[in-house]
Amino acid sequence: MTNTSTLRIVWIYPDLLSTYGDRGNVLILKRRAELRGISTEVVHVHSPDPAPEQGDIYLLGGGEDRPQILAAERLRADGGLARAAARGACVFAVCAGYQIIGESYGDDEANPLPGVGILDIRSGRGQARAVGEVVADVDPSLGVGRITGFEYHQGRTRIGPSAKPFSTLVHGIGNDERTEGAYQGQVLGTYLHGPALPRNPQLADLLLRWRVGGLAPLPPAWGERLHEERLAAALR
Amino acid sequence: MSELPLRAQLASVLGRSAASLSRATGRGDGSVIGGRVALKVEPDLLAKLARGRRIALVSATNGKTTTTRLIAQALREFGDVATNEHGANMPTGHITALSDNRSAVNGVLEVDEKYLPQVLLATQPAFVVLMNLSRDQMDRASEINLLAKKWRMALGKSSTHVIANADDPLVAWAGLGAPSATWVSAGQRWKEDSWCCPECGGHLKRDVDPYWECPECGLARPKTTWAVDNDSDVLVTPEGQRVKLRLNLPGDANRSNAAIAAATAAGYGMHPERTVERLREITSVAGRYTSVVTMGVEVRLLLAKNPAGWLESFAVLDPPRTPVILAVNAQVPDGKDTSWLWDVDYTVLRGRRVFVMGERRTDLALRLETDDVEFEVADRVDEALNRIKAEQPDITKVDLIANYTAFQQIRTAYGRVQ
Repeated sequence: MTNTSTLRIVWIYPDLLSTYGDRGNVLILKRRAELRGISTEVVHVHSPDPAPEQGDIYLLGGGEDRPQILAAERLRADGGLARAAARGACVFAVCAGYQIIGESYGDDEANPLPGVGILDIRSGRGQARAVGEVVADVDPSLGVGRITGFEYHQGRTRIGPSAKPFSTLVHGIGNDERTEGAYQGQVLGTYLHGPALPRNPQLADLLLRWRVGGLAPLPPAWGERLHEERLAAALR
Repeated sequence: MSELPLRAQLASVLGRSAASLSRATGRGDGSVIGGRVALKVEPDLLAKLARGRRIALVSATNGKTTTTRLIAQALREFGDVATNEHGANMPTGHITALSDNRSAVNGVLEVDEKYLPQVLLATQPAFVVLMNLSRDQMDRASEINLLAKKWRMALGKSSTHVIANADDPLVAWAGLGAPSATWVSAGQRWKEDSWCCPECGGHLKRDVDPYWECPECGLARPKTTWAVDNDSDVLVTPEGQRVKLRLNLPGDANRSNAAIAAATAAGYGMHPERTVERLREITSVAGRYTSVVTMGVEVRLLLAKNPAGWLESFAVLDPPRTPVILAVNAQVPDGKDTSWLWDVDYTVLRGRRVFVMGERRTDLALRLETDDVEFEVADRVDEALNRIKAEQPDITKVDLIANYTAFQQIRTAYGRVQ
């Protein structure tokens, strides 16, 4: 955490990028930090407003095609998110948000459009929509283990040399039917849409660990139970 | 309507036979299978059945079944009404509704949002009635901006008159595509899907509810002639008359549905005061808002399928001493993705006795835990009631909020209450 003892969680564009349960990621980060005695501040940045540069964790959600294009244009024009990432802040982006933090993404006519450029990925359109439960094993160096979620997208993503695949798929479509998500330093993106952190408490803890270092363990609660239940259901 | 071509007559008869068979064998209410059989014989059947009638199409994310029922109830003042009150809201259901009532001059059809352009083209309705658009089961419903765009284009090519809620920016923008419109200030509680201008994407200025405008392109809320005054429980007519509503359906959402219904009925020549009298006759719609009495407890059934619907249900809950049971499934009709739970603010339930059940109750449990709402887990309604009776014997009322298939399961368990 920078300068102060409060963890600053910045939700980027809830007016454009908040299609389906994205608020869950904000709520779970806040809760899991506070359960460990870490105070938090949540900042909502609406699309006409500049993104602050001094946040700890930036969250971007999903969006329909047009809001996605608008969000990318505004983020590029504003520059706040890119400066924060350059400073070393953590960025967690899902679905449409994942695509636009990359180098380029495809619009609804499959034309490539420039992204924010803080993650070395390039996204285009696949033949069919990827809809359904996902199971994947996260890069072992991140210590997260197996994750689950729900994907709903038509994107296909290629990962460039500066980024790494976030996970290897067990079930689902993800980037390219082999890997799911990508990360580069503390910038992390995934197709697991909406409440990816509530469904994977250990992933929420990874983001917190990146910012505050060692974390006290929490007794297993409903988040862990849901995680196990969804894993079992997806692999049944 | 009266004189159908031979092929269409045959199609209609065959469809109705299939429907009777479906009902007789207990497979369903026949609305879907009947229409499906008829369509095979005559693909233009819907257009042919609609010809010569004055039809209103009703569409929205929430409230379309109820509003269809309300409008039909009002129009029965003039005689028979052809309507799909079982909620079969795709073309097969429309065919069944129109076939079942060949002599009715007036028709009121609930239409699934995705099918509106197609049904509009086929039926050439006198009125298209639009209430709200908000996020719905995303893995099977369309994205709503796309939906609004399709509505707007279809309305632009039609000669229909729109009756729509001006307070919902997405709906208003779609309705502005029509050649003419009646605007109702019917309110909008859920605003999370309309912060951006449907025309240009600008951030809407929404300082004073219900007004909205786009500072970038100038799109603004159309001037309304009808309104609801929720605080006074009053419908305000274009003449400025204030009609007390006193509906037997609860909440602001139903006042809003009633205002839209009254504006639509007025298009058919109904006087608002008389309309409201007829609307009061409705006490439940396909099991919604019904109470079942079991184990000495009155359980009120509320259906909520998406975040906007849950918000409306919370607004009609009985006082805090009344326990509430929440039930969530994620079958195909519910949407297989429960992400939407995170868009609902459950903090209003703090301090209430809450039970969670349904196939996805673990999702619900985590959601409530995160909002610091205490809850208990139950397998069935009677199990929850047993625990309530054991610890709070004086409790006589319980509210139950469920999403689609959870609602149907509970409704069936109590004998398919209406």
